[in-house]
Amino acid sequence: MKHTISVLVQNQPGVLAHVAGMFAARGFNIDSLAVGRTEDPTLSRMTIVVLGDEATLEQVRKQLGKIVPVVKIYDFTGQNLVQRDLMLIKVAALPEKRPEIQSIIDMFRAKVVDIGPKFIMVEVTGPEQKIEAFIDMCRPYGVKDVVRTGMIAMPRHPKGSG
Amino acid sequence: MGKNTINSSVPISPSTPKSNKIATKQGAEVFIDVLRNEGIETMFGYPGGVVLPLFDALYKSPINFILSRHEQGATHMADAYARVTGKVGVVLVTSGPGACNTVTGLATASMDSIPLVVFTGQVKTHLIGNDAFQEADTTGITRPITKHNCIVKDPRDLARIMHEAFHIARTGRPGPVVVDLPLDVSTAQAPLSNSGAEIDLPGYRVRTEGHLRQIKRAAEAINESTRPVFYAGGGVIQANASEELRAVVQKANVPITTTLLGLGCFDENDPKSLEMLGMHGTAYANFAVQQCDLLVAIGARFDDRITGDVKCFAPHARIIHIDIDPASISKSVKVDIPVVGDARLILRELINYIEPSPRQEWFAQIDKWKKLYPLTYDNSSDKIKPQYIIEEVCRQTQGKAIVCTGVGQHQMWTAQFYKFSRPRHFASSGGLGTMGYGFPAAIGAQIACPNEVVIDFDGDSSFSMTLNELPTAVEYELPVKVCIMNNGYMGMVRQWQELFYGKRYSKSYLQHPSFARVAEAFGAIGITVTKKEEVPSVIEKMLQAKQCCVVDFHIEREENVWPMVAAGKGLDEMSGLPTGTSERV
Repeated sequence: MKHTISVLVQNQPGVLAHVAGMFAARGFNIDSLAVGRTEDPTLSRMTIVVLGDEATLEQVRKQLGKIVPVVKIYDFTGQNLVQRDLMLIKVAALPEKRPEIQSIIDMFRAKVVDIGPKFIMVEVTGPEQKIEAFIDMCRPYGVKDVVRTGMIAMPRHPKGSG
Repeated sequence: MGKNTINSSVPISPSTPKSNKIATKQGAEVFIDVLRNEGIETMFGYPGGVVLPLFDALYKSPINFILSRHEQGATHMADAYARVTGKVGVVLVTSGPGACNTVTGLATASMDSIPLVVFTGQVKTHLIGNDAFQEADTTGITRPITKHNCIVKDPRDLARIMHEAFHIARTGRPGPVVVDLPLDVSTAQAPLSNSGAEIDLPGYRVRTEGHLRQIKRAAEAINESTRPVFYAGGGVIQANASEELRAVVQKANVPITTTLLGLGCFDENDPKSLEMLGMHGTAYANFAVQQCDLLVAIGARFDDRITGDVKCFAPHARIIHIDIDPASISKSVKVDIPVVGDARLILRELINYIEPSPRQEWFAQIDKWKKLYPLTYDNSSDKIKPQYIIEEVCRQTQGKAIVCTGVGQHQMWTAQFYKFSRPRHFASSGGLGTMGYGFPAAIGAQIACPNEVVIDFDGDSSFSMTLNELPTAVEYELPVKVCIMNNGYMGMVRQWQELFYGKRYSKSYLQHPSFARVAEAFGAIGITVTKKEEVPSVIEKMLQAKQCCVVDFHIEREENVWPMVAAGKGLDEMSGLPTGTSERV
């Protein structure tokens, strides 16, 4: 099972290494880890997708809590989230195939960001299923390279509240 | 101590702009000031190139600095100092090899939750990452074995980071903290210490008071139970909660067992004591835990040496867990009533809701187990038995000495046969099981408690690892007493090879020097004992010695530690019980 947790950490050197090291030492599986700054320059946010059952997730939360520069842990399990992953993908695109590929790109509301004689580079943003679906659609044409940021997420505004 | 206010007699550095009113001192001087503000009177360590400015500042300081012969020794000394005093142990070593030599000591302290602050020198900031002379990635290397670590890259952070290190080391679940100090930071001008007011740790919050509702639930469960057992660990001693624990145990009328690290938190001579449980614990403690209907864990972490096979641990019991670290709760064993917080505060509140209960049947059953399965050994042979040595030392010291051990059979026999009655009188590497811990620990304990008798029960193999600290004991005139249980083997390894590897003693026997002559060469007293009838008088002589004394007892070579819960077995599946068979009762 995949769980998404969002961790607020002090923006200090070594914190990422510490978190990654703890996961490795305790044998927890990271599916993805994205980290970046927040509006507060002293704090960074890490979005981690963890693989495991409930008991594992509880230990992950508790062990993260023991790391001193970790300030707050948000467990998004079961919550309504906006989830986004950003991918750059290089697809083989000989001129005669380009119209087909362009229509796929339009359907996914993706963007062409680079063109070469044999390849085009596409930028796709969206939840995991959309990213995976786009890769699948591109396979028949030939996927040259893929790079993803990993998931970031934020809870939706709760329904019914003001 | 008091608040550190800006001392107007300290000259402000000429490089400070006139408009800047912050007073500064050389980093090394600020280092000393912070130590003084934190109440540090004793430190351990070893100099080196990048820490010369710090040692220069220490030269004029009244801090008692104990020079060891190896950084591992210094770290173990500081560790034992912390265990027997409750204060933070402080170490200062140099970069590269100096820092690397503290790794074992840090891991030892980390596993047993001991408060240490280890200052490691580091190369100049602009050389970091450049493979400089005596450079090591200390923070990278020590990250998994410290509660926290930090490198001071900016002199403006020096005082704050140092104060934070002490705060983190001693609060919550204690642990070792490493502070890496680059050479140029200790020579640069740094702002003065504000006595800890500058601490900024938004991610570090310690919850000390237990939730009242949980405390009441726990009390209710205790009051309702007919066959309860209290299981107390090192955390009770760390929390200085022995008095509160004793009061609860007596009021509730409950039997109590302790882990290795919990020895001394409850008087083992008291009839309610089941003594130690676990792999080499007493049969009565293990049976009691396996048959109890309620297990109250306090300051203990359900370590695998204690639980045996976790799947069949305490099968009939509801489990209460009082601990300051939420990560320990339900980590290995599912807990029914968790109470997170400081043991002392929680026990103090808990006692108000406890009602005594006679529990006659339960105590009668426990007495039966105690009579059927006492700890025994065959003392009829003419060989010297290690258990006899420990019993005799216990008798001659009235069970009041501070006891340190190495790791192995001798450690288990000490835990079994020395009857501990007071907290902070036992220092032993439980979690990591570090051979060689015993002797430097005894040195640290003697430094901490100059007027107490300090005994190191050691193994020949364990002692061989750190006997290089003998000059330290001699130089500081420490009357540490070392009892070597010399069987010419790594005893515990040999026992397992006997039981599980068809007596194939692969690399478990060693050729030893005459430890007595080694001790004498180092300037200590050395005595060899080969005859059983000499034991009491030699022990008497050892206890009266005013200087470091090493006694090499040539003991029965193939004595085993019993009872034993073998790997993969449940706690009640012990071998080596007095009836000669393993039993499920």
